[in-house]
Amino acid sequence: MGITRDEVAHLARLSRMSVTDDELDALAPQLEAILSAVARVSEVAAADIPPTSHAVPLTNVFRPDVARPSLPAAEALAGAPATEDGRFRVPRILDPDE
Amino acid sequence: MTDNPTPSATTTAAATTTAAAATGAAAATDVVHLTAAATAAAIAAGELSAVEATQAALDRIAKVDDTIHAFLHVDAEGALAAARSVDERRAAGERLGPLAGVPLALKDVLTARGMPTTCGSRILEGWHAPYDATVVSRLRAADVVLLGKVNMDEFAMGSSTENSAYGPTRNPWDTTRIPGGSSGGSAAAVAALEAPLAIGTDTGGSIRQPAAVCGLVGVKPTYGGVSRYGLVAFSSSLDQAGPLARTVTDAALLHAAIAGHDPLDSTSVDVPVPAVVAAAGRRDIRGVRVGVVRELAGDGYDPGVEAAFTAAVETLTALGAEVVEVSCPHFTYALPAYYLIAPSECSSNLARFDAMRFGLRIGDDGQAGAEEVMSRTREAGFGPEVKRRIILGTYALSSGYYDAYYGQAQKVRTLISRDFSAAFEQVDVLVSPTTPTPAFPLGAKVDDPVAMYLSDLCTIPSNLAGGPAMSLPAGLVDGLPVGIQIMAPPFADDRLYLVGGALEEALDARRGHPLLDEAPAL
Repeated sequence: MGITRDEVAHLARLSRMSVTDDELDALAPQLEAILSAVARVSEVAAADIPPTSHAVPLTNVFRPDVARPSLPAAEALAGAPATEDGRFRVPRILDPDE
Repeated sequence: MTDNPTPSATTTAAATTTAAAATGAAAATDVVHLTAAATAAAIAAGELSAVEATQAALDRIAKVDDTIHAFLHVDAEGALAAARSVDERRAAGERLGPLAGVPLALKDVLTARGMPTTCGSRILEGWHAPYDATVVSRLRAADVVLLGKVNMDEFAMGSSTENSAYGPTRNPWDTTRIPGGSSGGSAAAVAALEAPLAIGTDTGGSIRQPAAVCGLVGVKPTYGGVSRYGLVAFSSSLDQAGPLARTVTDAALLHAAIAGHDPLDSTSVDVPVPAVVAAAGRRDIRGVRVGVVRELAGDGYDPGVEAAFTAAVETLTALGAEVVEVSCPHFTYALPAYYLIAPSECSSNLARFDAMRFGLRIGDDGQAGAEEVMSRTREAGFGPEVKRRIILGTYALSSGYYDAYYGQAQKVRTLISRDFSAAFEQVDVLVSPTTPTPAFPLGAKVDDPVAMYLSDLCTIPSNLAGGPAMSLPAGLVDGLPVGIQIMAPPFADDRLYLVGGALEEALDARRGHPLLDEAPAL
């Protein structure tokens, strides 16, 4: 199963990561090599083998629903690239033409 | 905690510089040679102050770290303040813990208030976490002295520490070679005598492989045994923090200090911490059943690595262990399964680096939209290996490929767990080489990801199945250290220390000194 330069560009878009032409040139053959090295997983596992997502058999771990102290807003915002009025300031998220 | 750690300087400082050498003059060069147990014993006995121990480590860092480049951040002021507090409370008669005043290097993937957390990435350059990881708060509570943050492959993805955005770390045994990775800074700091202890993290071998190629003891605890709260996630179902140290007992003391249930981590398991310190001191493995994994040998394994491993296994037999060969037929599929599961989880986990709430933001000119800013920031902030894995994981999780890749890899994970379960019906521990080769030269594999990934061949099965595993020094191959790996069932971490402690003692006795004494002077 091959992976093309266009597919890599599409995956980069899905990952919200700009990539340069040089990066695409390098990534496509590297991903191809990695995929051909890992494709062997399809050789062994039969349909009746259940998947394991996690090594520890824990499900739905809850804590008591009680209020507890949280990080002060000023500290939570201290590492933000931009803030305004005690909130995260972000670039516009809607396209003005839509 | 079930452990009652009482370090014994007589056994733990063995052939290396003993606590006695630290008395009186306490020359800095002697102090940095002390094991963690011997350092703590000397401090407790009033023969050495925590400030002296910390200053000796800081002086050593100042002397050798230009060459080694283990540290990304040194917090001299914070370290000395913590050390002074230990000395003051000791003087006031307070009873201190078994690692009080011992300096430690922290992998820069764990958050610590007052220090930057970069994860070896540009995208977090200059970011200060506003909270302590649980591992860090436990270290502070144990009066361990945090020297600073150490280098790593970006977001813990790599086997050489060359993927750090801040430049590679060098192997103290041969500074033209890699220190392993991703916890290469942790291993190099301990091997270069900059700290007696370090915390690393292990997702596919990232504690054990650096420990092996730097001649140290490194342990990946059972998944769920050590809290992941404040450990910046790479592959959440595999990541686990653990100790790097110069001796099995030192590793056990650190393991006991950081392990145990934490309600802040929903994957932390509420079971008693295995009695690792007691196990490390037992030194009797008569009748312990040891399985040599048939599949972790042969093609691709350096003959020197195999010879050192075989000699270590013969030592186990001589110590009275019952050694048999065991087959784990699906272990050969562990590496391919890992390189689908880990990138898949990473592509999801690293979505949080979106330029909105913390870290780097590029291209926010008032015109560009959030998605464009996000894309440009991630382009500028992530290095090549992180990009490769995000794209690979996005592919493996895509509709149409999910069943063939991620789904199949999860089934392989089941088969590997079954191999372990079947093996542990026959034996108490499994053993293999830790790595197929000694440390390779810097730059040798940076452009060949598949070759780099083979470094993790022997270590990945334990991450996939969740069980604990240790690497300890087996010997030298052409002057470079190699390790033997010991694997145990989940929550039987004490077995690693039982077997490791006995083997270390026998190998040190045969050699006449600990392996690290043979490292060239820096």
